[in-house]
Amino acid sequence: MASNSDLGSEEFETFSSTSDVELLKRAWRNEKAAPEILQYEGALVERAKGQIELVEANIEDYVEDGTDPLIVSLYQMDLDRTQFLLRSYLRVRLLKIEKFMFHNLKSEEAESRLSEQEKVFAKRCADDLAKHFEESVLLKLPENYQSVLKQSLISETDDMVPEPHLDTFVVCKSNDFVSLNLYEEGESPETVEMERGDLYFIRYKIVKGAIESGKIDLI
Amino acid sequence: MAGQTDPHISLFSPQEIEFMAEDELVEILPNMKMDPLNFISGDFGRFVPMMATKVPLWLAVALKRRGKCTFRPPSWLSVDNLTQILEAERESPSTFQALPFSYVEIARLLFDHARDDIPDMYMVRSLVEDIRDVRLHKLETNLGSFQGTSAVKISNVSAMEVNLVRPFVRRALEAFYKHDKPEADVDRDARSSSRQPREANNEPRRPLRQR
Repeated sequence: MASNSDLGSEEFETFSSTSDVELLKRAWRNEKAAPEILQYEGALVERAKGQIELVEANIEDYVEDGTDPLIVSLYQMDLDRTQFLLRSYLRVRLLKIEKFMFHNLKSEEAESRLSEQEKVFAKRCADDLAKHFEESVLLKLPENYQSVLKQSLISETDDMVPEPHLDTFVVCKSNDFVSLNLYEEGESPETVEMERGDLYFIRYKIVKGAIESGKIDLI
Repeated sequence: MAGQTDPHISLFSPQEIEFMAEDELVEILPNMKMDPLNFISGDFGRFVPMMATKVPLWLAVALKRRGKCTFRPPSWLSVDNLTQILEAERESPSTFQALPFSYVEIARLLFDHARDDIPDMYMVRSLVEDIRDVRLHKLETNLGSFQGTSAVKISNVSAMEVNLVRPFVRRALEAFYKHDKPEADVDRDARSSSRQPREANNEPRRPLRQR
């Protein structure tokens, strides 16, 4: 028979441990699975960086004072795993910034979720791309069609800016009992209630707030 | 562009799924003495010969490879339990049995690295494979009867299974949702026919097709 401790080990972990690696893994998973860019976990990234540097220094010391190579290699493996998480987290974000660069700069809300370095990156990317489009195509078109952001001058909105598709569906797991409103204003109200550990395919907009508050994780 | 190999940014690669499974704790019996390991991911040990201790799977595999420990296979990974699960999976056409979220990955890592520590290894392996096949088949058939346009509960489906059906289910549900809300489309059509296009429409026209 499967004992409870076997089945629940993962849940136990997310519940009882709040180690930075666990938090980083959660941030990484959420970021990978969410259609739009999420709030930058600045403090967490700084802590993880600090710990990585510390372990790097420790490993150098171990090598110098002749610690058992087995132990050194185990510490190295742990370090590699944390570094992978951090790198992958930052890279997913860069990928999303590139994909939605004009949107990220246009919407104040989206821009506020970027780190300072990411803002600089997004700005430079957008400037370079705009310059490239203008030099290679746009400036050779009739005047009405020269905007990077609009199809033509009669467009009232910036209709050439790719935006994240928020009506998409994601897979989520709840960490807690959550009751969510399924429908938007003007529709008949209907809620979904999730128990801890429940898995759902759900529309991203519905769980957006619960992800930010940490009640729900994307998978 | 940013060096990410996977073009589908919201999907996990099989390696990434395995990476997550490697953090699951397993019980090992060390055969050497070693001080506690204070990792970034947590503290493990200390290690005393024949004293069972819990470590993440990746650490267990690393120790096992160097001949420093034996595994204590998790209790769900036994012929008895797996036989029961397989039967139950076959009996109920629509529900899934409770298994660890990463059961496929955990089992595979153990089969690859700890074959001598699993009693009836060949039997266990073929049971896990059967369970996986039955479940995948069931998942495929169940997709035909998905209900609901905003939230669909999927109980006891594992990491690999979710990841496998995700691209299809996501597109299907997006389409359901879109067609469930016809008002928005009517509204847009009415607007564009009554006036000159105030908003050039460059939304994807055929939501049902793969983009």
